[in-house]
Order: sequence, then structure tokens, then C-alpha cells
Amino acid sequence: MIKMSVIEPILTKYIGKKDYLSIKKVLNEMNPADVIQDVKKSNLRGRGGAGFPTGIKWSVMPVIPKEESKEKSNKEITPITLRYLVCNADEGEPGTFKDRFIIGKMPHLLIEGMLIAAYAIGARVGYIYIRGEFASEYRILKNAIEEAYQENYLGENVFSKFLNTNKNFSFDLHLYRGAGAYICGEETALLNSLEGKRGEPRIKPPYPAKFGAFGKSTCINNVETLATVPAIINIGAEKYAKYGTAKSGGTRLFSLSGHIQNPGVYEFPLSIKLKDLINHCGGVKDGKKLKAVIPGGGSAPILTAEEIDTLDLGVDYDSLAAAGTMAGSGGIILLDETTCIVEAASVLLKFYEHESCGQCSQCREGSHWLARLFHRIEKGEAEMKELDLIEHICSNMSMQTICAFADAVVGPARSSIKKFRSEFEEHIRIKCCPFKKQKEVSHVL
Amino acid sequence: MNENENKSKNENKNKYLNMNELHEHLIIPRLRNIQEEHGYVSMKSMRELAESLSLPLMKIREVATFYTFFNTDTNTDTNKKAVGKLHIQMCTNIACWLAGAHQLLHSLENKLSIKSGETTTDNLFTISEVECLAACGTAPAMQVNETYVENLTEEKIMKLIDLWREEMKTNGVATLDGCCISTTTGGTSS
Ligand SMILES: Cc1cc2nc3c(=O)[nH]c(=O)nc-3n(C[C@H](O)[C@H](O)[C@H](O)COP(=O)(O)O)c2cc1C
Ligand code: FES
Repeated sequence: MIKMSVIEPILTKYIGKKDYLSIKKVLNEMNPADVIQDVKKSNLRGRGGAGFPTGIKWSVMPVIPKEESKEKSNKEITPITLRYLVCNADEGEPGTFKDRFIIGKMPHLLIEGMLIAAYAIGARVGYIYIRGEFASEYRILKNAIEEAYQENYLGENVFSKFLNTNKNFSFDLHLYRGAGAYICGEETALLNSLEGKRGEPRIKPPYPAKFGAFGKSTCINNVETLATVPAIINIGAEKYAKYGTAKSGGTRLFSLSGHIQNPGVYEFPLSIKLKDLINHCGGVKDGKKLKAVIPGGGSAPILTAEEIDTLDLGVDYDSLAAAGTMAGSGGIILLDETTCIVEAASVLLKFYEHESCGQCSQCREGSHWLARLFHRIEKGEAEMKELDLIEHICSNMSMQTICAFADAVVGPARSSIKKFRSEFEEHIRIKCCPFKKQKEVSHVL
Repeated sequence: MNENENKSKNENKNKYLNMNELHEHLIIPRLRNIQEEHGYVSMKSMRELAESLSLPLMKIREVATFYTFFNTDTNTDTNKKAVGKLHIQMCTNIACWLAGAHQLLHSLENKLSIKSGETTTDNLFTISEVECLAACGTAPAMQVNETYVENLTEEKIMKLIDLWREEMKTNGVATLDGCCISTTTGGTSS
């Protein structure tokens, strides 16, 4: 269950609800520009990973030519005015499970969020790209969409019964299932996959706002980002913004896993400190000592327990960026004192090796070699100079590729060596993993 | 499931797509249907799909070989053949690893006398390792066919394997939903 503390629930109060009050308010009282203005004021930032301000993303959608939009309903769509809203539900970042949670518990909130977003950017058609593995979530969402169609919440002239103006708005929503590829979470790979192609990221620019799904102007947002919009309309943009920091507004769903006493999905205000957040979730499992935290999903550079303490780190986008890591997907993974950092990084790198799409050689070769080198160190087969080789590979990968995947690989690789170098050196010196050795010794005793 | 139902199952009604866009857009849903029905995607079915969508075979092949969900016989890895009746996919990524997934995988391999990536000779079980299933709050987790099984322990896995084997021998199918399987979606189940 969700455990809320600190403040009243903003997003999670919609669990199990079919509310649709915010969209009615939007359709009755606001024009698209007002909605975008509100989302800007709320300081909502993308919950998918990059943390891009959502209001700005919506406002850069090309303006629909005047004659085309003139007081017409968006029913009479032409190739020029056709644009798409795409929801990224391909959640696959290691340590992240809040999108699955939202779809499972609040599918109608996501649909409502998409309706509001579509109204704001003028999209007639939307897609939810849902991860292939999510079978029960797919069924839940499919049912919710069917229900919404039946009640005229989706389709032609939605909510016509409830509207007191003569405005009309139409929106069709389609579900599309992925087929097992982490890289399809990257927005342009997702678009290719949606079109029925290999999930390979595209070179940007052109950005999706110009050239997105099927060559049309497209806006892509994460599940949580979209699901948050009705809550913002509901409580008001200013009030929502106040829960966060100056540049990261509101609350966020955090996925807590690893050595945490009470794992799960939690909603916290973005103004909370990482240390307090961990305490609210029961602290380190079994009262052990904290060693390190991965604060934003598997791609986020690792933080040491000392850093969290001495810097009194916040969980907002800017605080974590200033500390050299990232808020990413909001997946917080705790590692206690018994964890071997070399092996932890090695586990992550094996994942990235498997998931590189193979387009760019730096990433394809680099992720493979990093996985091999880390594995060698863990096994006690490496030499000291290989640590420099790793750094060399990292610097050839970072910022050199079509998409940010290569940097996601470099995140754990570089940071683990930088912050726990002595542990790596010990593996090399004693030619085995000191943590495994310890276990063997205690076993014999 | 009859052919028509199967086709409409994952298909979309976006009326703004032109013929070619629509046909390409249908490749993945159709491949999913083939994979679900046969446990693999053969060259023959790819050829048939290419024909029915009026697309070059290469378009189908390049897509089918990209996504891990599809077992194609053009692939060179161990999963050449159809997977067994129950495909046990164990997550060994970070949170599950921290919760002991590697030991669990090892016990499972011993129990079924196969290695990860292999299928038992009676064709009942296939084991493979998968990446984070977004069930890290209920780690260790695995996915059996489409069903998530979470908060795994060695005892739980052993019991389930015995149960499923028994069921498949007597009824031909295993009941995957049930008391022992977590049906919660995400979050912890406190
Ligand atoms: C390798 C990679 C994987 C990604 N995976 C996801 C994902 O699973 N879900 C997601 O919402 N965003 C993911 N993203 C971020 C998306 O590219 C994109 O920024 C996001 O969907 C935008 O939505 P937002 O602005 O609402 O955050 C990924 C990015 C990269 C580079
Ligand atoms: S790490 Fe296993 S489900 Fe996320």
C-alpha cells in the first residue's frame, strides 16, 4: 500500500477513483492556453527521467494555423492539424515501479490527464505505449478505456452532457503494447516502435514536437507526468508548486527498493530531504548501516551514505544534479553495508549490455566492454590498469551517441569507481571478492 | 481463440493513418499474436505476415529480430525452439539481486535440472533471466508466462513448481492465478 506521510495526498488520493472533475472544469472554464499557463506555474517537471518542464514542452508544440483552428471543433481534422499525444508507459528503468502502480490503481486518472493534455496541445489522437511485460496492467487500462468510451469520456464530443458552453472536444485513445526492449522507453525509439519499426532512437533534431509519430507533431509524456495534471487543476497550480522547491514543483511518486525496511511506492513532496524520506520508509532494512544510494533509477550515479548525510541532500531535480547525480525516474535503491559495490555495478552493467540497441558503436561496444571488465574485477581476474581502461571507455561513450542511453551506462560505471575505488582495488589485489570471501569464512566458522 | 478475435485483439482504429503506415503499425501486434499462439515466430509465419500486410519480408524480419519478446528461428541464441508450457522468467536485476535472486535462480535450475535459457525435456518449463520487471518493491520477482509472481522465497518457488507440474500432468494446464500468486499491481502489499 501507499504510505503517505508528511502532507495530505495529492496524487494518491485518486486511488480507485473515477473522478473526471478536472477535465470537466477545464472544458467548461479554461481555454488551452490557460491550461498550459497553469502547468507552467505548477513547476511540474517530467517524471520520465529527463525532468524537462512539462508546461514548456506543451508550449513548444507548433501553433495550429489560424484558418485551421478558427472556432472549428477539432473534429474536422486535416493533415496539417493532426498531431499526437503519446504516453510513455514503457517503464523499465531498474528500480522504478511507480508507472505500473499508477496504471494498476488509478487508470482513469491517467486517461483524464491525457484528455487535459490533448486539449491543451490540440491533439485529436493519443497513444499509450505500454511495456510488453505488463499484461494485467494492459487489461486494466483496456477496460478503463472501454469504460471511458462508453460514458462518452473518450471519442467524439466528449462530456457533451456536462458542458455548459457550446465547445466541443474529441479525443481518441489507443493502446499499443511493446515487445520487450528497454530502449523503447527513449522517446524517439518509442515512436519508431509505435510505427512498427525497430526501436532505435532517432537523431534529434528534428524533435518530436516537429516530427514525431508518423511524421506528425507529437508530444510525449511519462505516465506519472500526465496523471499529475488533473491533481494540479484540482488543487490549483500555485498550491501544487508550493509542495516542491523553487524549480521542481509539487509531489512525486518514489519507488523504494533494495535494502529499505518498507519497500513500495510513496508520494512525497519534492521539498523533502533524502535522509528524511528514507526514515519515513522505515530506514535501512534490519537496522543495518547504509552504504550507498542510487537515487534516480539504475542510470543515476551512485551516492555514498556520507554524501547524503553531510550534504543534507534534497530529492528535487536540481539538488541531485548539483550532487553529480540525477533525480531520473524517482527509483531509490538502498544498498546496505554488506553490499559489494563492484558486484552491484556489474549487475547493472550486464543489463545495459543486453539492452543497447546497437546503433552507435561507442555504446554497443562500450557497454559490452564495461560489462566484461566489471565482471572480471568482481571475479578477481582483473589488473589494476583496467580501472583506467574503464575510465577511458566511459569518456568515449559519454555525450557521443544518438541518445542518452550511453550516459545511462556510464552513470553507474564511472560513479562506482570514483566513490568506491578502494573496494575495486581490493578485489584486484586479493584476486577475489572480499564480500564473498567473508561469507565463506563465516560459513566455515 | 479464433482468427478474427486474434486479429482484432491488439489492433487499432486510428483512422488518420494511410494504408502503408497502418500496415507497418500492425507488424508488432501481429507478431505478438503469433508468438503468443505458437511460442515462437517461424520464417514461415513471417513470410505469411509479410504477404498479408503487403510489406517486404525484410521489414518483418528486422522487427522480429529486434525485440526480445519474439523467438525467431533466425536468432542464433539458445532460445531457438519454442519455449515450454510455462516460461519462467526470473528477474536478476539490481533490486531482485539484492534480495537474493541469483540464489533463487540457482535453486530453480537445480530443481528442474536445466540451465537458464533451456527447456525441460518434457517441454513443460523454460527458464530465462529477464531484466527489471518493475516489481522491485516486491522483489525478488519473476514472470511466468504473463503472470507476475512476487515476494519470492525458495520455499514458494519449490512448492509452485511441484504444484504446476502436477496440474499440467493431470489437467494439461497450470492455474497461474491463485492464492499463492500476488495479483497486486505494483507497490507493496502490506
Ligand atoms: C535509455 C532511456 C530510457 C528511457 N526510459 C523511459 C521510460 O521507461 N519511461 C519514461 O517515461 N521515460 C523514459 N525515458 C525518458 C524519455 O525519453 C522521455 O524523456 C520521457 O518519456 C518524457 O516524458 P516526461 O517529460 O513526462 O518525463 C528514457 C530515456 C532514455 C534515454
Ligand atoms: S529489479 Fe527485479 S523487478 Fe526491478
